[in-house]
Amino acid sequence: MNFIHVLQCPLCRVVLISRNYMGNMDMNEVDHFMPIMMRMEEDADSSPLVTHGSAHFLWIKHRNLYLVAMTKKNANAALVYSFLYKMVEVFKEYFKELEEESIRDNFVTVYELMDEVMDFGFPQTTDSKILQEYITQQGHKLDVGAPRPPATVTNAVSWRSEGIKYRKNEVFMDVIESVNLLVSATGSVLRSEIVGSIKLKVVLSGMPELRLGLNDKVLFEITGREKSKTVELEDVKFHQCVRLSRFENDRTISFIPPDGESELMSYRLNTTVKPLIWIESVIEKFSHSRVEIKVKARSQFKSRSTANNVAIMVPVPSDADSPKFKTSTGSCKYLPEKSVVQWNIKSFPGGKEYMMRAHFGLPSVESTELEGRRPITVNFEIPYFTVSGIQVRYLKIIEKSGYEALPWVRYITQSGDYQLRTN
Amino acid sequence: MTDSKYFTTTKKGEIFELKAELNSDKKEKKKEAVKKVIASMTVGKDVSALFPDVVNCMQTDNLELKKLVYLYLMNYAKSQPDMAIMAVNTFVKDCEDPNPLIRALAVRTMGCIRVDKITEYLCEPLRKCLKDEDPYVRKTAAVCVAKLHDINAQLVEDQGFLDTLKDLISDSNPMVVANAVAALSEIAESHPNSNLLDLNPQSINKLLTALNECTEWGQIFILDCLANYTPRDDRESQSICERVTPRLSHANSAVVLSAVKVLMKFMEMLPKDLDYYGTLLKKLAPPLVTLLSAEPELQYVALRNINLIVQKRPEILKHEMKVFFVKYNDPIYVKLEKLDIMIRLASQANIAQVLAELKEYATEVDVDFVRKAVRAIGRCAIKVEQSAERCVSTLLDLIQTKVNYVVQEAIVVIKDIFRKYPNKYESVIATLCENLDSLDEPEARAAMIWIVGEYAERIDNADELLESFLEGFHDESTQVQLQLLTAIVKLFLKKPTETQELVQQVLSLATQDSDNPDLRDRGYIYWRLLSTDPVAAKEVVLAEKPLISEETDLIEPTLLEELICHIGTLASVYHKPPSAFVEGSRGVMHKRLPLGGDIGGSPAMGAGFGAAPAVMPASLNAPVGGGLGDLFDLGGGVGMPMGAYIPPKTVWLPAMKAKGLEISGTFARRAGVIQMELVLTNKAMSVMTDFAIQFNRNSFGLAPAGPLQVLTPLGPNQTIEVSLPLSTVGPVMKMDPLNNLQVAVKNNIDVFYFSCQYPISMLFVEDGKMERQVFLATWKDIPNDNESQFQIQDCHLNSEAASNKLQGSNIFTIAKRTVEGQDMLYMSIKLSNGIWVLAELKVQAGNPNYTISLKCRAPEVSQCVFQCYEAVLKN
Repeated sequence: MNFIHVLQCPLCRVVLISRNYMGNMDMNEVDHFMPIMMRMEEDADSSPLVTHGSAHFLWIKHRNLYLVAMTKKNANAALVYSFLYKMVEVFKEYFKELEEESIRDNFVTVYELMDEVMDFGFPQTTDSKILQEYITQQGHKLDVGAPRPPATVTNAVSWRSEGIKYRKNEVFMDVIESVNLLVSATGSVLRSEIVGSIKLKVVLSGMPELRLGLNDKVLFEITGREKSKTVELEDVKFHQCVRLSRFENDRTISFIPPDGESELMSYRLNTTVKPLIWIESVIEKFSHSRVEIKVKARSQFKSRSTANNVAIMVPVPSDADSPKFKTSTGSCKYLPEKSVVQWNIKSFPGGKEYMMRAHFGLPSVESTELEGRRPITVNFEIPYFTVSGIQVRYLKIIEKSGYEALPWVRYITQSGDYQLRTN
Repeated sequence: MTDSKYFTTTKKGEIFELKAELNSDKKEKKKEAVKKVIASMTVGKDVSALFPDVVNCMQTDNLELKKLVYLYLMNYAKSQPDMAIMAVNTFVKDCEDPNPLIRALAVRTMGCIRVDKITEYLCEPLRKCLKDEDPYVRKTAAVCVAKLHDINAQLVEDQGFLDTLKDLISDSNPMVVANAVAALSEIAESHPNSNLLDLNPQSINKLLTALNECTEWGQIFILDCLANYTPRDDRESQSICERVTPRLSHANSAVVLSAVKVLMKFMEMLPKDLDYYGTLLKKLAPPLVTLLSAEPELQYVALRNINLIVQKRPEILKHEMKVFFVKYNDPIYVKLEKLDIMIRLASQANIAQVLAELKEYATEVDVDFVRKAVRAIGRCAIKVEQSAERCVSTLLDLIQTKVNYVVQEAIVVIKDIFRKYPNKYESVIATLCENLDSLDEPEARAAMIWIVGEYAERIDNADELLESFLEGFHDESTQVQLQLLTAIVKLFLKKPTETQELVQQVLSLATQDSDNPDLRDRGYIYWRLLSTDPVAAKEVVLAEKPLISEETDLIEPTLLEELICHIGTLASVYHKPPSAFVEGSRGVMHKRLPLGGDIGGSPAMGAGFGAAPAVMPASLNAPVGGGLGDLFDLGGGVGMPMGAYIPPKTVWLPAMKAKGLEISGTFARRAGVIQMELVLTNKAMSVMTDFAIQFNRNSFGLAPAGPLQVLTPLGPNQTIEVSLPLSTVGPVMKMDPLNNLQVAVKNNIDVFYFSCQYPISMLFVEDGKMERQVFLATWKDIPNDNESQFQIQDCHLNSEAASNKLQGSNIFTIAKRTVEGQDMLYMSIKLSNGIWVLAELKVQAGNPNYTISLKCRAPEVSQCVFQCYEAVLKN
């Protein structure tokens, strides 16, 4: 799988920095990439994979930078894209922001990293915490203790170094559920899914063994506790550190956690739960004169919970002008750059209903450009609550030194891709 | 202070300045200078002139500086090969450094310096590093072998690095195993004839153990390598699947896709009635759905692959239609792919939802997407009969929108609906005709013209409509011209009285004023038909049309199988085999799925003679479908087909070379089973016992389907005849010549090796008769470059006899045409690995020389196939 990996900046149209992992490729071929992108942009075309002659370019874009991999073989495309995204992550951890300036300012480190993360087209170590142990941003003198490859790089536990010490041992867990919703213009729910994720912040000494217990339906069935309230996880994805075969066997989630912050697992489930925030809207467009918008928002969760920072984005024609709003609560803002009205409600308790009306003028000359029917989108977060009902039953922490450690758990539900189509 | 300052020096004489700084005594200054050099290199300036000065800085105790110098070397060594030699000493020294980071750095960099003179010096350091005590160095050295192989394959083989690399598969460290696997796979790919990835149950077990412990990338290397293995039987297949399924829960989408690839491939071997088969099917759906929450580019790769998976095993995702509904903010390339999969999953159960969605999409603004949505509605109508009516009315609604491209797209699909359901929806024609003027795309114009011609009798002003197109006849595209010609002829046949003038006009336009040979030909044919025999013309032109098939864009099954073996790779994204877009990959064997689960497996090569499979009567062990079926088939054939051609026995292994054992033999195909018929003669003084046989990998995966049945000891001067049934599910490697087979025979005295060539006709399977239509389409589809022509001289059979004789060897005549005394026979052959060969044989009465043209997607088999023709026809 030969490839060159390039960072390219679109404005200057030049390669910012590149690395040819297989010596047998002609670096000049990379120059074909930008013109192809420009052409595609003109044609309003886009594809994450473009070809020039026998060279294939796989690219992603981060801010204004293109990260491009070039190959002439039948490379593993999935690997290439996930590697490129991983690189973005690594660079961000190193330089805070990945942008033209940070690359230039740190080009020596960037070269070092590119040398270490991939060899001959094979990705190697891409864990930035481990990389930081031996690729630092200061120069080294060999005689004053040059870094050695940490054992972690090649260990079976390649994500945690040995000898970590903290005075106080704690684990913070965030259970975050995002609700993806797609509602048709006629008001029927087309899709409703929950994507959950459990994030860890680990402040633990040594090499602790952790075991996480959830109210997982399959686990409860195995152990014969079917009466308890459980959650059926449709698909679960784990961090590198979780022993997958163990989970496959007896649904135990056991692992040695990486130090600091990480995403331990994510899960997905379809839900038939009522949409948490329901929107009814009437958008009436009177050509050449005005648009009238009526939106009703209803919270369909228990009144003891409250949704915070609710923002309801209602599309308006791009040539609309002179906005007027009226709301029963919260405030409205017209965002002409996005052609939406944003209705903000700081705090939205369960079981409530609010109204908003908006009025826009339209120019008498109609624009010839056709506009898509954009959906209404909603952002919100509801703390101390999970839609799925998932619960952390325990988190056991065992370390051979025998210290006591405290787990802290926080639950939050938020909007994911929350779209309601309009007429 | 940042590094960006190094980019700013652009003064004249810069190179001289740098040279001075590089040679400075002060370490800091040196380092600064090297940084400036690298900065210049980064922005594309040529700093190769500084080569000796930079190399001089190589011997440093500063790691950062060392890395920079190495980087410089990788870039410029090729342009300064003579001076690059200067660096060798430092590399060799660094490979002995007490710090493993330096050792690894040296071995890693060394491999990137593609200068022949240097590579020789690197062998010793590399050998040491491959055995280094530190796994970090070993894992780097493993990759270096692949690098070196790319520069000088012979050197790597001579130095025995490949064996060392193979040993690393058993290394105690998972990262080393993963890199060794990656390196070996890479080498094997560019070197199909090597016996490198000699996977056997033991090595597979090691890989599966390492799979649990190595990094996400290592897991991908191992999974991709596993996907190349063919398990011996369904039990092994199941146990590998069980150990691979946990990978479906990995957070990295690429790991998931590679695991899916292994499972999709090995599933093929599991019996469908096995409980586990059902369990596995169920396990595949959720991770595939989750891939749609990944980054858009990964979603795209996933969707392209799901498209293949849905075609191969529709049952996996049949209940998941909704997840493919398009979101407003999906990138367009994701939208288009989702749409494609929605249509593939459309069924009577979900059609209402699908149609509602499609209608929604058809009113979007993105032109490509809208067009595809409209087309999708038409495809639904054709696929799900119950929905046809609703689809047609949806299309009519869309036509009412008068959005130009929507209307055109709708008309194109309505034409197909008319074809599929004749005499059912013609009431909509009037609406279609209203939109005639707005059609400006050839495909839509052609479709509309077809509709008018086809239903001319129901359209009152059909002649006017068609006439209006005729005015600009020469400005139309060929597609429209051809369609217009046919439509007017149809109209004339239906309403001859009013349209005589019109038909005259179009015929003369097509035949006299056009440069296009297709158009002229068609014009003349119509003209002659109409002027000689109007009744026949009616029969020809207004003949009942064959129904169109439901799925028009399915991927051809053999290609689909190959693509399934490439899940996750570019091939699976392009939906093209790697040979179509990777240079230098022609001639590499195409990957294919293992055969179904109910077949007795073949012993894997490399299992060793000791592990001979349990003795089984050869007759029970007949591999590959249908011995009985073929026997029955014999009666149904045309005439009495003669038996398959069997070449005479030849001596393969002379007694002199094998301590007294002489082996001669031949190959035969009997009732669908390939037999190797051997005569073993003992010309030695002592008794021979314990016979066993093994084949090397070969082009068509031939392998013994059972042990060699020599049950009694073979005394001096005794001869025994044995026949050994062969299967075609063994490991595959391309041989030269293609039909070469390397055999090892063991007895109590020694192991002997010989090679023989089998007639490729043994591999011609019994169900090799292609449908006429398929034949035509395939013939056209195979590029002309793949066609090869041969002469068969001195053959005195007539075409009938030839055809019969060939059929005995499973070469099937599909059609025969006689043109001016010359018989053209069209034939098809299917090889045991699914490759089709199409042939055209020209036989002229009285001429003993035949001409044969062969067309095949794998043109390298043509020569062998030709030899078979010659052998069969002349014996």
